[in-house]
This record gives sequence, C-alpha cells and structure tokens, in this order.
Amino acid sequence: MALVHFNQESFDSALAAGGLVVADFWAEWCGPCRMLGPVIESMADTYAGKAVVGKINVDNEPALAQRYGIMSIPTVIFFKDGEEIARKIGVMSSDNFTKVLDENL
Amino acid sequence: MNYDLIVLGSGPAGLAAAVAARGRGKTALVIGNAWQESPLAKAEKIDNYLGLPGCTGYALLEQFQRHAEEAGVTFVRGRAISLMAWEGFAVTVGTDMYQGRALVMAPGVVRQAKFPGEQEFLGRGVSYCATCDGMLYRGRRVVVAGRTKDAPEEAAYLRSIGCDVTYTAPKRPEELDEAIPFVKAARLEIRGEQTVTSVVLDGAEQPCDGVFVLRASLAPTDLLPQLATENGYITVDRAMATNVPGVFAAGDCTGAPLQVAKAVGEGHVAGLSACEYIDRQAK
Repeated sequence: MALVHFNQESFDSALAAGGLVVADFWAEWCGPCRMLGPVIESMADTYAGKAVVGKINVDNEPALAQRYGIMSIPTVIFFKDGEEIARKIGVMSSDNFTKVLDENL
Repeated sequence: MNYDLIVLGSGPAGLAAAVAARGRGKTALVIGNAWQESPLAKAEKIDNYLGLPGCTGYALLEQFQRHAEEAGVTFVRGRAISLMAWEGFAVTVGTDMYQGRALVMAPGVVRQAKFPGEQEFLGRGVSYCATCDGMLYRGRRVVVAGRTKDAPEEAAYLRSIGCDVTYTAPKRPEELDEAIPFVKAARLEIRGEQTVTSVVLDGAEQPCDGVFVLRASLAPTDLLPQLATENGYITVDRAMATNVPGVFAAGDCTGAPLQVAKAVGEGHVAGLSACEYIDRQAK
C-alpha cells in the first residue's frame, strides 16, 4: 500500500523533495475521518509514483496540525514543490481530490 | 455496520421507506431524532390521513414507529453529520459510521436559515458536531448555538474536554449545566478573518475561537453538495430518484403539499425504488 503515515520528520522530507504531496489530517475519534480513509488510501495507490499521499494524525502530530491551522477534520491539504496549492475541509466525494491532482500532474 | 438501505429521517416518509424495504427482504437502518421531538408530535388533530380521522400527530407517529419496529427496521437516534458516496454510501453519526447500498433522504423541512457567516466559516471555526471537532478546541473559547434538545449535552461534553464554553439560545434550556455561562439571544452573526474571531449575539459582540451550531439536522445539500434542489426542495422524479444514483428522497423535503399522507406515499415509493436500485447493482 502506497499510503504514508507522516510524522513531522517524514512530512518535512516529503515537502522538501518537491512534487505533489497530499496530507490527510485525521484522528481516531473522528468518524468522518475514518469514512474518508479508504478514499485517501485508494488515491495513494492510484497516484503512486506521481504524488506522495499520506495521513497525519493530529493527536500524534499537534505541531503539524497547528502549523497548518487545522480547525476541522478531516482536512486534506495539497502541496506542490513544498507550497500549499489547495485545501479541502470535510468529507467529499473522491473526484474533488483527484481533480486537484490531475490538474497539477 | 452494513445495511442495504440507509434512511436519513425518522418521520413518516423515512419510516414508510424503511418498511417498504423490509417488505422486500432488505435490511434498513433509520437515522433520525426521537419521534417525540418531531413537530408533527405536537399536531393536535390530523383529519386528512386516510383511515385515521381525528388522530393526534403523536398517536400517528407512535403507530408508525411501532409498525417500523415490528417490521424489523433498525434505529439509530442521532444526527447524520457527514455522508460520502463511495462504494455505496457511508454516513457518520457522531463517531459511528454506517454503510449502505442505497440511501433515502427524508429529513423533512429544515426551517432554519444559516446564520450570517456560518457558511463562510464552516470548517474554519464553525462546526456542526461537538464530538467530531471538539478536541481541536481544547483550552479555547467556543460558543454553542443550541437549537436542539441534545445541544446542552454536547455543550457539557465540550466543557468536559476542556473547552471554554458559552451557550446561546433564545431561551435557556432546563438541561443546561449550571456551570456553563448562558447568553440569551435570538440573532447570531459569526465574524472572523482567516478563522472565526467573534460572534455577535443580539448585537453584543463576544470574542471566541469556534462556534458549534447545533440544529436538529443538517440540510440535505450540506450532506450531499451535488444534490439537485429547487427553491429549497430536493428534486425527484416519479420514482423518487434524485440526480445522484442510489439516492432517493421523500416527504416534506421534496416539496408541497407538506402532508403526512403524501410523505408516506413518497416514502413507500422511495423504498421500493431503492430496493430496485440495489437489485440492479447486484447483477
């Protein structure tokens, strides 16, 4: 499975490496996050080699959650070459996410 | 938990859909508020429901509930917070998640317009679910705009995890914890820049970091933004199908007349249509 579980170190490395990075901010106690999980996993597999797709647990990585001003989860942030290019808050259908990737490949 | 049919709404339309599905041997889950809290439960006399003239709304709802329970419909009392069409449909109620193969939306009419700033700051300080987002506001000031019977309980939960809670409503609910400050206000406006910074309650501004707007239910288009509506009602064809495959709608949410007899009829059709959809998918 291509999905990455980021911590601060691995996330900063991924950003520094450039290209497309997707981060799904989630938590165990968040029902909608668990619902989105399979969608993100599937996206990781589909875009393997083209984008690095991973999850960031806000309880384990509060500094990262704070850095990106996460106020609602799930929040999925898209990065290109280290810069934020899109942010999707809440649960939505998969094409909302894949559209961002397809437009930036 | 997997079901064939998930029904959002526990009123006449929702129950009719669930019972119809049970009649076709499908499993049905109804997610909704307690039927005693429905506005219909306060109707003194309903004279135009065929076969039961002069019935009170309460008695009618009680009969509907009993029928549905006896038919083997499963109930979850609560508010659907998010919905995703992915290999069927997944719905979350608080921290629980349910999966279905078809969906019937029967939420009734949500008569409350959004507060100024509510849509703008959704996800950036405005939340509809205390159990979902509360943890992100620990140690911060939040205002709970309670418009439902369970709202005081959610406010208490927020306080218990360390949020600095203020509760606002047009009237102080009896169940509200004494320790939670209450501001009586009918009007509410949400303000902020990148995120929420304050609320204005009947003209008085109060700084805060988050607002939890707790209504009886989320508007259908909040749950499913791609749902086609017209004048606030969900658009359906004669089979009660919406524009989203596998999603059907019935009852007051599809429009006038806002009558129980119509709701039950539409619910029945929606339930049958949903079963046909499920059977077609299985082929």
